[in-house]
Amino acid sequence: MVQTIYESFGYVIPETVLSVFFVLTLLTSLVGDRRSKYLPAYTALLGFAVTGAFVAGQIGMDQLVFSGMYAVDPFSWFFKVLFLVSGALIVLFSMQSRELDTASTKYAEYYSLIISLTIGAFFMAGASNLLMMYLSLELVSISSYILSGFTKENPRADEASLKYVIYGAFSSGLMLYGISILYGLTGELNIYALNQAFSSGALSQVSVLIAIVLMLAGLGYKISAVPFHFWTPDVYEGAPVTVTAFLSVTSKAAGFAMLIRFFKIGFIDIAAQPAVAGMWQIFHGLNWTDIIAVLSVLTMTLGNLVALWQTNMKRLLAYSSIAHAGYILMGFVTLTDQGISAMLMYFVAYLLMNLGAFYIVMLVANKYQTEDIDGYAGLGYRSPYAAFALTVFLFSLTGIPPTFGFIGKLYLFAALIKTNYIWLAIVGVLNSVVSLYYYVKVVRSMYLVTPADSTRVDFGFGTNLLMTVLMVPNIALMLYFTPVLNWAEHSVLMFGLH
Amino acid sequence: MQYQFLGIGYLTWITFLPLIGMAVVLLIPKSNINAMKWTALAATILQLVLAAIIWVNFKPSLSGINDPNGFQFVEKTRWIDLPGVAWFGHVAVDYFLGIDGLSLPMVMLTALISFVGVIASWNIGKSQKGYFALYLLLDTGMMGVFVALDMFLFYVFWELMLLPMYFLIGIWGGPRREYAAIKFFLYTLLGSVLILLVMLGLYFSVNVTDPATGQAMHTFDMLAMMNPQNYDPHALFAGIGTYWRYVAFIALFIGFAIKVPIFPFHTWLPDAHVEAPTAISVILAGVLLKMGTYGFLRISFPIFPDAVLKFSYALAILGFINIVYGALCAMAQTDFKKLIAYSSISHMGVVLLGIAALNTQGVAGGVLQMFNHGVVTAMLFLIVGVIYDRAHTRGVNDFGGLANQMPVYTGIMTVAFFAAIGLPGLSEFISELLSYLGAFQTFRWIAIFSSIGIVLTAGYMLWTLQRVFLGQLPEKWKGLTDVNGRELVSLVPLMVVVILLGVFPSIMLHPMSATLNNLVDFIHKVGTGMTALK
Repeated sequence: MVQTIYESFGYVIPETVLSVFFVLTLLTSLVGDRRSKYLPAYTALLGFAVTGAFVAGQIGMDQLVFSGMYAVDPFSWFFKVLFLVSGALIVLFSMQSRELDTASTKYAEYYSLIISLTIGAFFMAGASNLLMMYLSLELVSISSYILSGFTKENPRADEASLKYVIYGAFSSGLMLYGISILYGLTGELNIYALNQAFSSGALSQVSVLIAIVLMLAGLGYKISAVPFHFWTPDVYEGAPVTVTAFLSVTSKAAGFAMLIRFFKIGFIDIAAQPAVAGMWQIFHGLNWTDIIAVLSVLTMTLGNLVALWQTNMKRLLAYSSIAHAGYILMGFVTLTDQGISAMLMYFVAYLLMNLGAFYIVMLVANKYQTEDIDGYAGLGYRSPYAAFALTVFLFSLTGIPPTFGFIGKLYLFAALIKTNYIWLAIVGVLNSVVSLYYYVKVVRSMYLVTPADSTRVDFGFGTNLLMTVLMVPNIALMLYFTPVLNWAEHSVLMFGLH
Repeated sequence: MQYQFLGIGYLTWITFLPLIGMAVVLLIPKSNINAMKWTALAATILQLVLAAIIWVNFKPSLSGINDPNGFQFVEKTRWIDLPGVAWFGHVAVDYFLGIDGLSLPMVMLTALISFVGVIASWNIGKSQKGYFALYLLLDTGMMGVFVALDMFLFYVFWELMLLPMYFLIGIWGGPRREYAAIKFFLYTLLGSVLILLVMLGLYFSVNVTDPATGQAMHTFDMLAMMNPQNYDPHALFAGIGTYWRYVAFIALFIGFAIKVPIFPFHTWLPDAHVEAPTAISVILAGVLLKMGTYGFLRISFPIFPDAVLKFSYALAILGFINIVYGALCAMAQTDFKKLIAYSSISHMGVVLLGIAALNTQGVAGGVLQMFNHGVVTAMLFLIVGVIYDRAHTRGVNDFGGLANQMPVYTGIMTVAFFAAIGLPGLSEFISELLSYLGAFQTFRWIAIFSSIGIVLTAGYMLWTLQRVFLGQLPEKWKGLTDVNGRELVSLVPLMVVVILLGVFPSIMLHPMSATLNNLVDFIHKVGTGMTALK
């Protein structure tokens, strides 16, 4: 036992390093000027860089460690890279945020919470034991509760944080209840063992169904799928922009990673060529795919339709992120390797375009003191480069060539067509047509409305550079997406499925 | 390899020349507006020269459509190439360009209209840099659609057009430009997502052997999609006359019909035309509408020949509705631009009627009509632009007696109007004649009823001519000047083409006949299952 634990430590070096940097970042508040945001920010960046180096060393690993608690496999590797990139970008964004300056004595706490959320997300991506899943989910949740209320002088942020806590506690309570039912039924917490228990066919279908629906509530809340999405708009609007951006990417991707692993490992017939078929093969009586498909349709349709009416940019992006959760769920419906690789590809696109859009929203809030779409009037003439970048991000979110968002959507639809989910594909494309309207509403405001005040507002070289770094892959990866596709195809491998 | 310049094929040059121009325009300092205009003009002139070279070197005897060896100026390189993992197989997308007798007239048209459009944009009032950059991007998108033979590539070019068009209408348009721009954008996107789904369905249905590795793989190659032998027997679109093939044909049809536009998907067109600046109206009517019918002939018809044969009657009826409905609406308009917009709907109906006949005369008439309508309607929009620049109104009833005030203008306008009516000796006469001739053989009664459209067209065109040019000149228009040199440069080449193709149509019909014969033949053979299936 001790030997296993000792050996397992070799596989969690990245997580360990992140934890060390979590403490270090927190300690920076004891050194030098408490009001300086740079020391903790650079410490956090260094932490992500060092972790990145260790994660890079884990490429191709395929191991189950800590007695089956935690999987280190290509699938979790993919998400770890995603979380590191997202975390590092958020730190860079935060260094420029004016909004966070209202809580200027707590920078160390802020950056260390970003790290702790990332640690939680790492564990969510690899967790293969129900308790481990629950704990990592809570680590992410608690970090995000604090982060979303971080600017506590702002009443909206307080409201956001409180709402988030209440919804979060309720959902994770439901999930915990689901876990306890599963444990009571099978005596197992490991999802590989659960798979065997399920496939024995001896369990009561009804109780398993109840347990799974409860699990789904917890996970659905994390990915903000309808009907567990109610917290999303308020939290996204109230929280500081940087935190909103972070939640919309890292926390959501972690939720999806866990969702995929739980269902994929738990429910497919591993003996029967899982890599090829990869379908829901255990519960013959119940049509799981259709349930998820309906969930996906509801999520994207609601997200898109409500987004049409928004006037606040953060709320608009909040509903848009709900809609995107719906699109990503489409890939989940198939649960084939192709569907999952399409989802993974979409995450890469989503990270680039969503973080990019939020970055510009933050910059505009800094300089123009507005988050309203009307406040973007004439941005195309006042800050041409930022407006152009935002246009690229928004069209990428819509999924129009020549942007990478198009390739992401294309692969999701391809997975559906391949598995004959044609009706779902049709709903999906119609939804993206609807989404065009509200994304273009912002573009319209920026270019088609003449500004009242036409003084030039520039953002400086560093900011423009960061915009370019986010914008270029959004176009370049459309023109040549081979590497991402290759990576996504090789990252669907989970431990035990070959 | 032949037909290369600097190691790059002619078709790549003709497609991406405007993009180079766009890069140059973006680098020019904001104050130097003249340099931007001349850059745009240079890019389009070079494109036109290249189109002429292609025209001269084009071999009319080659047939194209489904025959890989029948295409000319072919360029084929691997764009996306991923050996792939076991469960997914080889992913490959080709950069595959080539032209045949169907795309040649469209390439010529695009080059010609783009050039004319730059001249018409000479006096654009604001943000010239953005305007010319977007204009050139649009040009690349249009040219790409007509030369792409890989469906993925086709789709990318097809969508690439939307973005510049939205901004060109939305920023530089008339008072209701925002509404018109978003309406255009939403309609067209709705159409293209349907095309996207069919494209994916075709991708998974077609299985070919990769010449490089010998493995079976899916492909976006349009030519491979046309061969029934390539379909996987269990695939969605396999077989002849199956349910999903009909569904796919209808989805594709809606996608392309929105662009044409075919009743009842036409409502974006009058708005877009009225609000767009002159040059953009010219592009819209001259080239963009043709993409819809080009899509029918390049993709829908040869890939789903069984469905075309089944639905050809419905297509002809829609053509009839377009002709008569468009003409009646045009008759009711008092806004000059709207009138011409509706006349476009009517004339595109002739194209649809011609190609629905599925015989050589009809299809040749339809394709020729695509070219001729592009030229004539471009002229008409330029003519409206000329008068609008001077009088700042487009109300047909506001004018009168301009013939004495602007004699040269009146002369040119008369040629364009009579061409639109289909007067013998001018280009549209030939193409309408062929279209109706073809349609008469296949759908006698529809053709007869559709010919009401000719009378109606003559009605509204002559009535407009009378209201604007004849009668008493109102006092306030006494100061109007005749066309200037710049406007003549844009109008005269088009007028020459109109007259030339009126008296000598075979210069256009000859290069396309082999291709269109092959197309008609192919549809009837494959669509009725005469070619054996796997």
